[in-house]
Amino acid sequence: MIDLKYFLKGFASIKGVGSPAIALGASFIAIGALLKNIGFTIQESLFSTFLTYALPGSLVMAESLIIGSSLINIFIAVWLVNARLYPMTVSLMPLLMHQKQPKWKYYLSCHFIAVSSWLIMKDNYEQIKKEVRIDFWIGIGTATWSVAIFSTFIGYIASDFLNKDMLIGLAIINPIYFTCMMVGAMKTIKISLSIILGAILGPAFYFLSPEWCILFGGFLAGTIAFFIGEINDK
Amino acid sequence: MTSNIFFVILITSLATFLSRFLGVVSSENIKETSKIFRWFNCLAYSTLAALIARIVIFPSGLLSEIDYLVRLIVIILSIGLFFITKKNLVYPTIFSAIILTLFSSYL
Repeated sequence: MIDLKYFLKGFASIKGVGSPAIALGASFIAIGALLKNIGFTIQESLFSTFLTYALPGSLVMAESLIIGSSLINIFIAVWLVNARLYPMTVSLMPLLMHQKQPKWKYYLSCHFIAVSSWLIMKDNYEQIKKEVRIDFWIGIGTATWSVAIFSTFIGYIASDFLNKDMLIGLAIINPIYFTCMMVGAMKTIKISLSIILGAILGPAFYFLSPEWCILFGGFLAGTIAFFIGEINDK
Repeated sequence: MTSNIFFVILITSLATFLSRFLGVVSSENIKETSKIFRWFNCLAYSTLAALIARIVIFPSGLLSEIDYLVRLIVIILSIGLFFITKKNLVYPTIFSAIILTLFSSYL
Protein backbone atom coordinates (compact mmCIF):
# COMPACT_ATOMS: atom_id res chain seq x y z
CA MET A 1 0.00 0.00 0.00
CA ILE A 2 2.72 2.42 1.03
CA ASP A 3 6.27 1.79 -0.16
CA LEU A 4 8.01 1.49 3.20
CA LYS A 5 11.48 2.17 1.84
CA TYR A 6 10.49 5.60 0.51
CA PHE A 7 8.26 6.32 3.48
CA LEU A 8 11.22 5.79 5.81
CA LYS A 9 13.50 7.79 3.55
CA GLY A 10 11.03 10.68 3.77
CA PHE A 11 10.67 10.21 7.50
CA ALA A 12 14.47 10.36 7.93
CA SER A 13 14.71 13.66 6.07
CA ILE A 14 14.03 15.58 9.27
CA LYS A 15 17.32 14.35 10.74
CA GLY A 16 20.64 16.15 10.27
CA VAL A 17 22.03 19.64 10.81
CA GLY A 18 20.11 21.36 8.03
CA SER A 19 16.94 19.88 9.41
CA PRO A 20 13.98 22.00 10.41
CA ALA A 21 13.00 19.61 13.23
CA ILE A 22 14.45 21.70 16.07
CA ALA A 23 13.09 25.00 14.77
CA LEU A 24 9.73 23.41 14.03
CA GLY A 25 9.71 21.85 17.49
CA ALA A 26 10.59 25.15 19.20
CA SER A 27 7.76 26.89 17.35
CA PHE A 28 5.24 24.34 18.55
CA ILE A 29 6.62 24.47 22.10
CA ALA A 30 5.55 28.12 21.97
CA ILE A 31 2.08 27.08 20.81
CA GLY A 32 1.79 24.47 23.58
CA ALA A 33 2.70 27.08 26.20
CA LEU A 34 0.32 29.63 24.67
CA LEU A 35 -2.62 27.20 24.61
CA LYS A 36 -2.00 26.31 28.25
CA ASN A 37 -2.00 30.00 29.16
CA ILE A 38 -5.35 30.66 27.49
CA GLY A 39 -6.96 27.77 29.35
CA PHE A 40 -6.78 24.75 27.06
CA THR A 41 -6.51 21.30 28.64
CA ILE A 42 -3.63 19.12 27.48
CA GLN A 43 -6.02 16.99 25.40
CA GLU A 44 -7.42 20.07 23.68
CA SER A 45 -3.93 21.38 22.91
CA LEU A 46 -2.78 18.11 21.37
CA PHE A 47 -6.08 17.74 19.52
CA SER A 48 -5.60 21.25 18.10
CA THR A 49 -2.12 20.58 16.66
CA PHE A 50 -3.22 17.12 15.53
CA LEU A 51 -6.15 18.51 13.52
CA THR A 52 -4.85 21.89 12.37
CA TYR A 53 -1.08 21.52 12.03
CA ALA A 54 -0.53 25.03 10.72
CA LEU A 55 1.17 27.42 13.07
CA PRO A 56 -0.19 30.82 11.96
CA GLY A 57 -3.70 29.35 12.02
CA SER A 58 -3.29 28.16 15.60
CA LEU A 59 -1.98 31.60 16.60
CA VAL A 60 -5.01 33.29 15.05
CA MET A 61 -7.28 30.82 16.84
CA ALA A 62 -5.65 31.65 20.18
CA GLU A 63 -5.90 35.41 19.60
CA SER A 64 -9.54 35.13 18.51
CA LEU A 65 -10.37 33.20 21.68
CA ILE A 66 -8.71 35.85 23.84
CA ILE A 67 -10.79 38.65 22.32
CA GLY A 68 -13.90 36.44 22.24
CA SER A 69 -14.65 36.29 18.50
CA SER A 70 -17.66 34.38 17.20
CA LEU A 71 -17.17 30.99 15.52
CA ILE A 72 -17.88 32.40 12.07
CA ASN A 73 -15.31 35.18 12.57
CA ILE A 74 -12.75 32.62 13.73
CA PHE A 75 -13.46 30.56 10.62
CA ILE A 76 -12.92 33.56 8.33
CA ALA A 77 -9.79 34.77 10.16
CA VAL A 78 -8.18 31.31 10.09
CA TRP A 79 -9.18 30.72 6.49
CA LEU A 80 -7.61 34.04 5.45
CA VAL A 81 -4.32 33.40 7.22
CA ASN A 82 -4.11 29.80 6.02
CA ALA A 83 -5.34 30.36 2.44
CA ARG A 84 -1.69 30.28 1.38
CA LEU A 85 -2.03 26.50 1.74
CA TYR A 86 -4.10 26.49 -1.46
CA PRO A 87 -1.32 27.70 -3.83
CA MET A 88 1.15 25.63 -1.80
CA THR A 89 -0.92 22.48 -2.44
CA VAL A 90 -1.45 23.28 -6.12
CA SER A 91 2.28 23.82 -6.59
CA LEU A 92 3.17 20.55 -4.85
CA MET A 93 0.57 17.86 -5.62
CA PRO A 94 1.01 17.77 -9.43
CA LEU A 95 4.64 16.81 -8.75
CA LEU A 96 3.48 13.81 -6.70
CA MET A 97 0.54 12.57 -8.74
CA HIS A 98 0.90 9.27 -10.55
CA GLN A 99 -1.86 7.16 -12.12
CA LYS A 100 -0.67 4.03 -10.31
CA GLN A 101 -1.31 5.60 -6.91
CA PRO A 102 -4.75 5.63 -5.25
CA LYS A 103 -6.40 9.02 -4.82
CA TRP A 104 -7.05 8.67 -1.08
CA LYS A 105 -3.32 9.06 -0.48
CA TYR A 106 -3.43 12.57 -1.92
CA TYR A 107 -6.59 13.64 -0.14
CA LEU A 108 -5.38 12.33 3.20
CA SER A 109 -1.75 13.43 3.00
CA CYS A 110 -2.64 17.00 1.98
CA HIS A 111 -3.14 17.50 5.73
CA PHE A 112 0.65 17.42 6.06
CA ILE A 113 1.14 20.48 3.86
CA ALA A 114 2.80 23.15 5.98
CA VAL A 115 5.84 25.35 5.46
CA SER A 116 8.51 22.92 6.74
CA SER A 117 7.29 19.76 5.03
CA TRP A 118 6.52 21.64 1.82
CA LEU A 119 10.00 23.15 1.58
CA ILE A 120 11.69 19.80 2.34
CA MET A 121 9.64 18.15 -0.42
CA LYS A 122 10.37 20.99 -2.88
CA ASP A 123 14.08 20.58 -2.19
CA ASN A 124 14.13 16.81 -2.64
CA TYR A 125 11.44 15.67 -5.08
CA GLU A 126 13.73 15.52 -8.12
CA GLN A 127 15.79 12.76 -6.50
CA ILE A 128 12.74 10.51 -6.07
CA LYS A 129 10.99 8.57 -8.86
CA LYS A 130 7.59 10.07 -9.58
CA GLU A 131 5.82 6.79 -8.93
CA VAL A 132 6.83 6.70 -5.25
CA ARG A 133 7.02 10.43 -4.49
CA ILE A 134 3.73 10.32 -2.61
CA ASP A 135 5.12 7.68 -0.21
CA PHE A 136 8.23 9.77 0.34
CA TRP A 137 5.94 12.75 0.99
CA ILE A 138 3.81 10.81 3.50
CA GLY A 139 7.07 9.99 5.30
CA ILE A 140 8.10 13.66 5.51
CA GLY A 141 4.59 14.64 6.57
CA THR A 142 4.30 12.02 9.29
CA ALA A 143 7.69 13.03 10.70
CA THR A 144 7.08 16.81 10.79
CA TRP A 145 3.54 16.34 12.07
CA SER A 146 4.77 14.07 14.88
CA VAL A 147 7.42 16.62 15.86
CA ALA A 148 4.70 19.29 16.01
CA ILE A 149 2.37 17.23 18.20
CA PHE A 150 5.15 16.08 20.52
CA SER A 151 6.45 19.67 20.87
CA THR A 152 2.98 20.96 21.70
CA PHE A 153 2.99 18.45 24.56
CA ILE A 154 6.44 19.60 25.74
CA GLY A 155 5.40 23.25 25.53
CA TYR A 156 2.24 22.61 27.52
CA ILE A 157 4.16 20.83 30.28
CA ALA A 158 7.01 23.37 30.27
CA SER A 159 4.80 26.45 30.34
CA ASP A 160 4.82 26.54 34.16
CA PHE A 161 8.57 27.05 34.05
CA LEU A 162 8.59 29.70 31.34
CA ASN A 163 8.30 33.37 32.26
CA LYS A 164 6.97 36.08 29.98
CA ASP A 165 10.42 37.03 28.64
CA MET A 166 11.07 33.44 27.60
CA LEU A 167 7.68 33.28 25.90
CA ILE A 168 8.57 36.39 23.91
CA GLY A 169 11.83 34.68 22.94
CA LEU A 170 9.90 31.61 21.81
CA ALA A 171 7.46 33.74 19.84
CA ILE A 172 10.20 35.08 17.55
CA ILE A 173 11.40 31.57 16.61
CA ASN A 174 8.65 30.88 14.12
CA PRO A 175 9.06 34.05 12.03
CA ILE A 176 12.87 33.69 12.09
CA TYR A 177 12.64 30.05 11.09
CA PHE A 178 10.22 30.83 8.23
CA THR A 179 12.38 33.78 7.10
CA CYS A 180 15.55 31.66 6.98
CA MET A 181 13.78 28.88 5.08
CA MET A 182 12.47 31.43 2.57
CA VAL A 183 15.90 33.04 2.12
CA GLY A 184 17.34 29.55 1.60
CA ALA A 185 14.71 28.83 -1.08
CA MET A 186 15.70 31.85 -3.21
CA LYS A 187 17.45 29.88 -5.95
CA THR A 188 15.86 31.19 -9.17
CA ILE A 189 14.94 34.72 -10.26
CA LYS A 190 11.26 33.84 -10.27
CA ILE A 191 11.21 32.49 -6.71
CA SER A 192 13.48 35.25 -5.38
CA LEU A 193 11.24 37.91 -6.91
CA SER A 194 8.10 36.21 -5.56
CA ILE A 195 9.57 36.21 -2.06
CA ILE A 196 10.96 39.76 -2.13
CA LEU A 197 7.83 41.29 -3.69
CA GLY A 198 5.60 39.29 -1.35
CA ALA A 199 7.52 40.53 1.68
CA ILE A 200 7.06 44.13 0.48
CA LEU A 201 3.50 44.04 -0.85
CA GLY A 202 2.02 41.91 1.95
CA PRO A 203 2.74 44.49 4.68
CA ALA A 204 2.00 47.36 2.23
CA PHE A 205 -1.57 46.10 1.76
CA TYR A 206 -1.94 45.97 5.54
CA PHE A 207 -2.80 49.66 5.40
CA LEU A 208 -5.73 48.89 3.10
CA SER A 209 -6.95 45.75 4.86
CA PRO A 210 -5.22 43.97 7.75
CA GLU A 211 -7.28 40.80 7.09
CA TRP A 212 -6.86 40.56 3.33
CA CYS A 213 -3.30 41.90 3.02
CA ILE A 214 -1.66 38.46 2.79
CA LEU A 215 -3.93 37.35 -0.05
CA PHE A 216 -3.95 40.65 -1.96
CA GLY A 217 -0.25 41.33 -1.51
CA GLY A 218 0.72 37.71 -2.16
CA PHE A 219 -1.45 37.42 -5.26
CA LEU A 220 -0.13 40.62 -6.81
CA ALA A 221 3.50 39.84 -5.92
CA GLY A 222 3.34 36.27 -7.25
CA THR A 223 1.67 37.36 -10.49
CA ILE A 224 4.22 40.11 -11.16
CA ALA A 225 7.09 37.71 -10.38
CA PHE A 226 5.57 35.09 -12.69
CA PHE A 227 5.35 37.47 -15.67
CA ILE A 228 8.84 38.91 -15.16
CA GLY A 229 10.20 35.37 -14.73
CA GLU A 230 8.45 34.06 -17.86
CA ILE A 231 9.81 36.93 -19.98
CA ASN A 232 13.26 36.38 -18.50
CA ASP A 233 13.18 32.61 -19.21
CA LYS A 234 12.46 33.09 -22.90
CA MET B 1 -16.21 26.56 28.03
CA THR B 2 -14.87 23.10 27.18
CA SER B 3 -17.42 22.45 24.45
CA ASN B 4 -16.73 25.97 23.21
CA ILE B 5 -13.01 25.20 22.86
CA PHE B 6 -13.88 21.94 21.13
CA PHE B 7 -15.88 23.78 18.47
CA VAL B 8 -13.22 26.44 18.07
CA ILE B 9 -10.61 23.74 17.39
CA LEU B 10 -12.94 22.03 14.94
CA ILE B 11 -13.72 25.28 13.08
CA THR B 12 -10.01 26.17 12.95
CA SER B 13 -9.06 22.81 11.50
CA LEU B 14 -11.90 22.90 8.96
CA ALA B 15 -10.90 26.39 7.79
CA THR B 16 -7.33 25.12 7.41
CA PHE B 17 -8.13 21.82 5.73
CA LEU B 18 -10.43 23.56 3.23
CA SER B 19 -7.51 25.19 1.39
CA ARG B 20 -5.49 21.97 1.38
CA PHE B 21 -8.45 19.93 0.14
CA LEU B 22 -9.38 22.37 -2.64
CA GLY B 23 -5.71 22.42 -3.61
CA VAL B 24 -5.74 18.66 -4.25
CA VAL B 25 -9.02 18.95 -6.20
CA SER B 26 -7.45 21.61 -8.46
CA SER B 27 -4.19 19.66 -8.76
CA GLU B 28 -5.97 16.77 -10.50
CA ASN B 29 -6.22 18.85 -13.67
CA ILE B 30 -2.90 20.70 -13.51
CA LYS B 31 0.21 19.35 -15.20
CA GLU B 32 3.57 20.12 -13.62
CA THR B 33 4.85 21.45 -16.95
CA SER B 34 1.98 23.91 -17.42
CA LYS B 35 2.08 27.69 -17.13
CA ILE B 36 -0.61 27.66 -14.47
CA PHE B 37 1.55 25.35 -12.32
CA ARG B 38 4.47 27.77 -12.60
CA TRP B 39 2.18 30.65 -11.73
CA PHE B 40 0.88 28.88 -8.63
CA ASN B 41 4.45 28.14 -7.64
CA CYS B 42 5.14 31.90 -7.60
CA LEU B 43 1.89 32.52 -5.70
CA ALA B 44 2.85 29.96 -3.05
CA TYR B 45 6.18 31.62 -2.33
CA SER B 46 4.79 35.16 -2.48
CA THR B 47 1.84 34.54 -0.13
CA LEU B 48 4.19 32.80 2.30
CA ALA B 49 6.58 35.75 2.19
CA ALA B 50 3.65 38.15 2.63
CA LEU B 51 2.49 36.20 5.70
CA ILE B 52 5.92 36.14 7.31
CA ALA B 53 6.53 39.82 6.64
CA ARG B 54 3.15 40.67 8.16
CA ILE B 55 3.88 38.62 11.29
CA VAL B 56 7.21 40.42 11.73
CA ILE B 57 6.16 43.98 10.86
CA PHE B 58 2.63 43.97 12.31
CA PRO B 59 2.75 41.30 15.01
CA SER B 60 -0.06 40.54 17.37
CA GLY B 61 0.24 39.04 20.81
CA LEU B 62 3.52 38.92 22.71
CA LEU B 63 5.79 40.01 19.86
CA SER B 64 4.04 43.37 19.59
CA GLU B 65 5.54 44.29 22.97
CA ILE B 66 9.01 44.31 21.41
CA ASP B 67 10.13 47.46 19.67
CA TYR B 68 9.99 47.45 15.88
CA LEU B 69 13.68 48.28 15.55
CA VAL B 70 14.71 45.43 17.87
CA ARG B 71 12.69 42.93 15.85
CA LEU B 72 14.32 44.19 12.67
CA ILE B 73 17.85 43.94 14.10
CA VAL B 74 17.22 40.41 15.43
CA ILE B 75 15.98 39.31 12.00
CA ILE B 76 18.93 40.81 10.12
CA LEU B 77 21.39 39.22 12.57
CA SER B 78 19.63 35.85 12.28
CA ILE B 79 19.74 35.91 8.47
CA GLY B 80 23.44 36.76 8.72
CA LEU B 81 23.99 33.84 11.07
CA PHE B 82 22.03 31.59 8.70
CA PHE B 83 24.53 32.33 5.94
CA ILE B 84 27.61 32.14 8.18
CA THR B 85 26.56 28.68 9.41
CA LYS B 86 26.05 27.46 5.81
CA LYS B 87 22.26 27.64 5.94
CA ASN B 88 21.81 25.85 9.22
CA LEU B 89 18.31 26.49 10.62
CA VAL B 90 19.07 25.59 14.21
CA TYR B 91 21.59 28.30 15.13
CA PRO B 92 19.64 31.36 13.91
CA THR B 93 16.38 30.25 15.52
CA ILE B 94 17.93 29.41 18.89
CA PHE B 95 20.04 32.59 18.73
CA SER B 96 16.99 34.79 18.06
CA ALA B 97 15.07 33.28 20.98
CA ILE B 98 17.96 33.81 23.42
CA ILE B 99 18.66 37.38 22.25
CA LEU B 100 15.04 38.38 22.49
CA THR B 101 14.57 36.77 25.91
CA LEU B 102 17.64 38.59 27.23
CA PHE B 103 16.54 41.85 25.66
CA SER B 104 13.08 41.53 27.09
CA SER B 105 14.43 40.69 30.58
CA TYR B 106 17.06 43.40 30.93
CA LEU B 107 15.89 46.37 28.89
